[in-house]
Amino acid sequence: MKSYILKRLLIMVPVLIGMTIIVFSIIHAIPGDPAETILGQKATAQSKEALREQLGLNNPWYQQYFSYMGDLIKGDLGQSIRTKIPITKEITPYMAATAELTIAAMLFAIFFGVNAGIISAWKQNSWFDYISMLVALIGVSMPIFWLGLMEQWIFALKLHWLPSIGRMDQRNPVESITNLYVLDTIISGQWNQLWTVIKHLILPSVALGTIPMAVIARMTRSSMLEVMGSDFVRTAKAKGLSQFIVVYKHALKNASIPVLTVIGLQTGALLGGAVLTETIFAWPGVGRYIYEAISSRDYPVIQSGILIIAFIFVMINLIVDLLYAAVDPRIRYR
Amino acid sequence: MKRWRSLVFILILGAAFALSGCGNKDNGKNEAGTNKGSTATKSSQDTLILGRGGDSASLDASIVTDGESLKIAHQVFDSLLEYKEGTTEVQGSLAESWNVSDDGLKYTFKLRQGVKFHDGTEFNADAVVFNFNRWNDPKSPYKFEGDSFDYYDSMFGPDGKRVIKEVKAIDASTVEFTLNQPQAPFLQNLAMTSFGIGSPKAIEDKKENFKNEPVGTGPFVFKEWKRNDSITLEKNSSYWKAGLPKLNKVIVRSIPDNSARFNALQNGEIDLMEDLSPDDLASLKSNTALQLIERPSNNVGYLGFNLKKKPFDDVKVRQALSHAVNKQAIIDAFFAGQAVSAVNPLPPSLWGYNDSIKDYDYDLDKAKQLLADAGYPNGLPGVITFYAMPVSRPYMPDGKKVAEVIQADFEKIGVKTKIESPEWATYLDDAQAGEKDDIFMLGWTGDNGDPDNFLYTLLDKDAIPSNNYSYYANDKLHELLTGAQQETDQGKRADLYKQAQVIIKEDAPWIPLVHTTPLLAAKANLKGYVPAPTGTEYYSNIYFE
Repeated sequence: MKSYILKRLLIMVPVLIGMTIIVFSIIHAIPGDPAETILGQKATAQSKEALREQLGLNNPWYQQYFSYMGDLIKGDLGQSIRTKIPITKEITPYMAATAELTIAAMLFAIFFGVNAGIISAWKQNSWFDYISMLVALIGVSMPIFWLGLMEQWIFALKLHWLPSIGRMDQRNPVESITNLYVLDTIISGQWNQLWTVIKHLILPSVALGTIPMAVIARMTRSSMLEVMGSDFVRTAKAKGLSQFIVVYKHALKNASIPVLTVIGLQTGALLGGAVLTETIFAWPGVGRYIYEAISSRDYPVIQSGILIIAFIFVMINLIVDLLYAAVDPRIRYR
Repeated sequence: MKRWRSLVFILILGAAFALSGCGNKDNGKNEAGTNKGSTATKSSQDTLILGRGGDSASLDASIVTDGESLKIAHQVFDSLLEYKEGTTEVQGSLAESWNVSDDGLKYTFKLRQGVKFHDGTEFNADAVVFNFNRWNDPKSPYKFEGDSFDYYDSMFGPDGKRVIKEVKAIDASTVEFTLNQPQAPFLQNLAMTSFGIGSPKAIEDKKENFKNEPVGTGPFVFKEWKRNDSITLEKNSSYWKAGLPKLNKVIVRSIPDNSARFNALQNGEIDLMEDLSPDDLASLKSNTALQLIERPSNNVGYLGFNLKKKPFDDVKVRQALSHAVNKQAIIDAFFAGQAVSAVNPLPPSLWGYNDSIKDYDYDLDKAKQLLADAGYPNGLPGVITFYAMPVSRPYMPDGKKVAEVIQADFEKIGVKTKIESPEWATYLDDAQAGEKDDIFMLGWTGDNGDPDNFLYTLLDKDAIPSNNYSYYANDKLHELLTGAQQETDQGKRADLYKQAQVIIKEDAPWIPLVHTTPLLAAKANLKGYVPAPTGTEYYSNIYFE
């Protein structure tokens, strides 16, 4: 298992270097001048030229790339052109905000998706099966933007159950320790605050988690159906095990590989959906951080931000692969 | 097997989280209920939460030009002069009184005494000199990497052509400005937020970081900035204006989506919002818990011709197209009545506005005739590239829809257009370069209530290519506009600007479309908010009833 992990880690290196090259070329191919966007429509031509010079934007692109890579190797992500703050420092609270949101969204998606899929397969062609698959179908085709606004309209405006924006009540702010507010409130024992923070998490994580939930439900169902028809399930049933044990213990384990794959892929895909969700719910996460950087052509932030996301994506894939290997020992010897 | 059990456990935990959220109706309701109650009773509310579309770029007023940054800086810094609430009329602020020499070259300001910066240091003449030297001297040690004092350069001339020759402290409470040449809008310019006086000690100590932790003498003290999320300001309890500010705390939140921001206002999560979309006007008016606040109109949204390209270098073509835009129909359809049809580049609220100018009326026959006169009896050849704004701005909430209406009108006189809306940064770049677009849509919000800030800044030949994206140059106009800058008599200046508008109308480098009334919305019990035409107002008079 150790050598398998090591091999997988080594493969990541060229992947990430490739990423830097792709991201770098794409960013520099986007038209639009950072100096113009940073200094604004009302800035003078001289100050724009001076800024371009200072930022090294007048150097050939390969020079810019190598100096960027040089810094990167030293662990320096550079500093934001716009704010002049080192990116490593600046990005932490955004990462935490996004992490909290995606974890909540995935918990929601996995719990409801997996269970709906299992029950649908178990009670195939029942009313539950039809309804949950219909919901899943609607779920995958629902635009996040629309869903988010609808949630706000129903649960915040009409019912007043939940707050519509942000991570906490600004009138009674949470002291941040780790920037993961759920954790922070638990650490400091502020249970009222914990409840407020969770309430703020619900609408955005449902909006973000709906598509993965639907995808996971459909995958679980079809994978379960396949396994349920196999010999060992029949054997288990014949041994007189209860239906629940057969389904949740024997069948689910064997059906879990494709489900794990979708979960991994969907977690990666969440990072894309996060930009929209973060915009609608005014969630100060990394998606919006990169979005703002793109609008102002803040090259170092775009580069590093995308690189970090790519890194997370690769890491998630790694974890999924390792989980396969754990669930199915045959894989690690391939 | 154990691993499996723990996974199930995690799933159950997740479900518990999710269910506890959905199930607990009463709790949520109660909380919302108490919120409502607390705002409806004779309020002890002393915190304002304001929602706006974007975050500040920097908090140092002198290095930014964007409205979102200036709004916050305006609360933290005072300038020597300020605009009277809700207008662009100048009155004393940190300067109590002033004298102007007869030749218009010397301004002597008497400063307010006993004013302290938020860090406890004394405000005095040296502080004023320090700030102006910082902006004036390109080699100042307090001009930090990447900074540029753009408003200083554009209001008082770039290095080498400075209007201000010297700023000198006569004594602790007297400052003397010597100018190289008279400048008519000098006092008007000094009152801008960009020339807010910062604490010299804080600038020296914090250096680069001053832009993240500003220190001024203003009504609110900067407390915390969570980027892309919120900025917190607290009351300056020793503010020099007695009894102000009335609020204890102001939290300014960035909520990019217009609808989400309006949702948050209706849900009581914010007290005041900027940039209400005209589409939401009806639903705002039907809600008695909310009120509408209208900002005085001080902007223009326009359609510009690219005079670098044929056939738009031909004035007849530009006039023909000017006859082909139905402005009123656009206003009715997309502005919910919150705009007036624009005749001149200058908003009618500004002095110097020429109201005797007649607009090109909507007349397609006349348009066709003019095109025929210009040698295009069958309309223009080829397809015209029409740049329509991809973003919403106060002067143009939905550029693409407006462009589609104009496109249909142009089609009727044989002018085919294709609408392009590249992303905003690219859009501005392209419009400035003038290579890709044939016609484009843009706008401007006035900075200081002086006509110079519209006419010279946007249409003088000196402004090519900085803000004159039409590449429109007219020597006669240039003479009038630069003459008006040197003239100190406002009556005479107004005359010059009126003549200038006649020339611009005749040359038609733009089709001025609208002057809008930007909308804000607030809780009904919020009082004392007086919106400024410049887009930046003090929050110090606001309170809750």
